[in-house]
Amino acid sequence: MKIFKKSCLLIISLVFFTSQAHTSNTFDLADFSKAPRFLSEFGFFQDMQNQIPAKGVHPYSLVSPLFSDQTDKLRFVYVPEGQKLGYVKDKVFIFPVGSTLIKTFAYLNMSGPLEQQLLETRLLINTNTGWKAISYVWNEEQTDAKRAIAGATIPTSFLNSQGELLAVRYRAPNQNQCKECHQVNKVMTPIGPKARNMNKDLNYQSGEMNQLLYWAALGWIDQKLDSTPISSYTDLNASLDDRARAYLDINCGHCHIPGGSADTTGLYLNLIEENQEKLGIFKKPVAAGRASGNLKYSIVPGHSDDSIMLFRMKSLDPGIMMPESGRALADDAGIKLIKDWIDKL
Amino acid sequence: MKFLKPSNQVIVGLLFLSSSLYSAVQIIQPSENAYEDIQEALILAEPGDVIRLTSGIFNLQDSLSLDVEGVQIEGEGMDQTILSFADQQSGAQGLSVTSDNVTLQDFSIQNAKGDAIKVKGVTNIKFLRVKTEWTNGPNPENGAYGLYPVESTNVLIDGCVAIGASDAGIYVGQSKNIIVRNSRAEFNVAGIEIENSYYADVFDNVATNNTGGILVFDLPGLPQQGGHHVRVFNNRSVGNNTDNFAPEGNIVGEVPRGTGIIIQANSNVEIFNNEIGDNDTVNIAVVTYGNETDDEAYYPHPKSIQIHGNKFGPTGYNPDTSKGELAEILFELSEGNMPDIFWDGLIPISQIIFGQPENEKMIISNNGDATLLAIKPIGFMMPFLEPAILDINEFDGEISPLAKVEFDENF
Repeated sequence: MKIFKKSCLLIISLVFFTSQAHTSNTFDLADFSKAPRFLSEFGFFQDMQNQIPAKGVHPYSLVSPLFSDQTDKLRFVYVPEGQKLGYVKDKVFIFPVGSTLIKTFAYLNMSGPLEQQLLETRLLINTNTGWKAISYVWNEEQTDAKRAIAGATIPTSFLNSQGELLAVRYRAPNQNQCKECHQVNKVMTPIGPKARNMNKDLNYQSGEMNQLLYWAALGWIDQKLDSTPISSYTDLNASLDDRARAYLDINCGHCHIPGGSADTTGLYLNLIEENQEKLGIFKKPVAAGRASGNLKYSIVPGHSDDSIMLFRMKSLDPGIMMPESGRALADDAGIKLIKDWIDKL
Repeated sequence: MKFLKPSNQVIVGLLFLSSSLYSAVQIIQPSENAYEDIQEALILAEPGDVIRLTSGIFNLQDSLSLDVEGVQIEGEGMDQTILSFADQQSGAQGLSVTSDNVTLQDFSIQNAKGDAIKVKGVTNIKFLRVKTEWTNGPNPENGAYGLYPVESTNVLIDGCVAIGASDAGIYVGQSKNIIVRNSRAEFNVAGIEIENSYYADVFDNVATNNTGGILVFDLPGLPQQGGHHVRVFNNRSVGNNTDNFAPEGNIVGEVPRGTGIIIQANSNVEIFNNEIGDNDTVNIAVVTYGNETDDEAYYPHPKSIQIHGNKFGPTGYNPDTSKGELAEILFELSEGNMPDIFWDGLIPISQIIFGQPENEKMIISNNGDATLLAIKPIGFMMPFLEPAILDINEFDGEISPLAKVEFDENF
C-alpha cells in the first residue's frame, strides 16, 4: 500500500495483499468527480458483504456515537503505511494525507429473523486539499455500493433493539449535506475520532484491546495522550450532566460550535462550552420560526416541556426537527436523557 | 470543463461568456427525478457554470444545496419556474447556498418546510427577481424566512418578492454591505428585516400587508452584533395591518400589527424620503431591546438615528395592544392620539443624568406635519413630571447623511 506523487497531482494507490490480485485502484484525489463509481474499487474490504476489512484497514468504535435512525455503524480507518497521527487535546486526531475513515450504515437486525441490510458506506478521505466526503449506496443484492452524488432515499424497515419492526425513509446525504456537519470555519473535518471518544476497548481479531493502545501498537501514535474519556451517554454509572453533555456534544456540537454551520444562532452545544445562555439556558431563539413551538427559550431549567431543545428533538417535521439532516426518526433514548437532564437542572 | 451524464431530462449546452472563458449551461426540466437532476448538477457544477431551470413546476422532496462558487442558478421567470416544496420530506430549507459569487435569478420557491432560501457565510450573493412564497397566506405553520442571507458580505437583493413568511420575508442577518432594492414584501410578519448587520441600503421597496413593514434590529448573544449604518429610503411601507402570526418565542412575535418601520438598538440609522402610512398602530417606532440578557458586550439602545423627509399617512387609529408593550404604553401616554413617530426614550442612566453626546442624539426633521411621542424616562417614573415629549421640533437638527453602500455588483 503506497502513496506517491505524480506530476503535481496526488494519486492514491491502494494495493491490498489479499487473495485477489486486482485491488489496485488509482484516482486523482484532487478531482472528486473522478472518484470511483463503486466502493469495491477502493479495495477496503476483502469481503464486502460481510464487511471484513482488507489488510491495513482497521475497525474502530466510538464511546458516544451520533444517532442516525438507529442504524448500526461499522467503522474502519485506513492510514497509509508508515505514517503517524498528530494529537491535539480535545481535537480530532490529525490524520496523514491519504487516510480514509470508512463508515457503513446498516440495519443488522440482530434482534430477530430479518436479514441484515447494508444501506450506505460513507468515506472521508484526507486529500492534500483537505478532507473530502463521498457516499456509496448499497445495491439490493448487497454485493457492492455505488457512488451517490445527490444522496439517495432508501425506504425500508428494520428491527429495533426490542425486536419491533419499524419503517423508515432513510436518507443517504448528498455531498453538501456531509459538509453541513463536517465543516467548521469552511474546513472539512472528521467528528468522531477524538482521543476522548476513542478511549475504550474493542474486540479486534487479535483479541480485546484499548483502541488507543492498539493504534499505538500499529505505530500510529507515539506520544503519551493527555485525554480523559468522554462519558458514554448510555452509561448509567456516569452523572446525568456528563451523559447529557456527551450526547449534545456528539449529536449537536459539530454544528452548534463557533464557526460551525449553526453558529448564526449563538447556541453552542459543544463539550467545552460553559456559558449558560450560549448553552441554551433561558436563551431566546433567533431564527427558529415555527420551530420554536410557541416556546420562549431553548432550555427552561426544570421544565423540559417548555424547552425548545426537547421540542425540536422530538419532532419529525423537516422544518422543525433537530438535527436538520441525518435523521428521519426520533431518538427516544436521547430524548429521555435530555428530558431528565433539563428537568433536574 | 465537465458535464453530467446526459439523460432525457438534462441537456447540456455551451454559452460563450467572455474572452477565452467557456461556461457550461445545464438545462434541467421538471421531471420525476427533478431533485436528483438538480442536486447532482449543483454538486458537479464548476465555477462559471449556469444551471438553468426551465418553466414549469419542480416538485422537490428534499432540500437543495449549492457549495460551488461562481455558479448561477436561473429560471425562466419568477412566475414560470417554480420549485415547490409542498411535499418536502427532509432538509430545513428549500435551497441553501454556502459558496461565494453566486447569482440566483428568475425563479420562485414555494412552500418550503423551513426557510425558503438560506445563504450562509458567503462573499458576493445576488438575488435577482426571485420570489419566495407560502401560498396559503399568513399562517404560523409557514417557514420562518423567505430570502435569508446570513453572515455574508456583499449582498444584493433586487426585484424580489417575498410572501407569507412567519418571521421575515426578506431577512439579512449578521452581514455587511447590503443592498435591498426594487423588491416587494407582503403578508409576512416582518416585511424586510436587517438584523445585526453593518452598511445596508434599503430603498425603492414596497412593504405592505405585513405585521411590520421594515425592521432594523439588533439582538444579543450572536457572533456579529452592534448593527450600524443602515439607510432606509424611498420605500413605501403602507397598510401593514396583518395580525402577527409569528410563533411565540421569536423576537418578531412582539411586533404589533400595523407598524411601518421599527428601529431596535442599532446605531447610525437614517430613515428618509419614505412613504409610511395606513398602519394601524404606529408609522415609526424607535426602541431599546427589551429582554434580559447576560451578554455584557451588547448595547441595547438605539443611537445616532436620523429621520427626515418622510411622508406620513394615517396611523394609530386601531392600535394592536395584544403584542408586546409598545402599543399599550403608547396608547396610554398619548391618550389615544397616536403619533407617527414613537421613541421609548431609553438611554443609559449616565446619559439620563449627564445628557446624551451630541452625535448620539436622535434627529427628526422635515417630515411635514408628522407627530411624535418620546418618553422622558424620569418623567415617566415620577407622577408629577411630564412623562413624554410631544413637540417634534425638539429633535430638529442638521442631518449628517450616511454614505451610500457600494460594492462591485458584477462579480
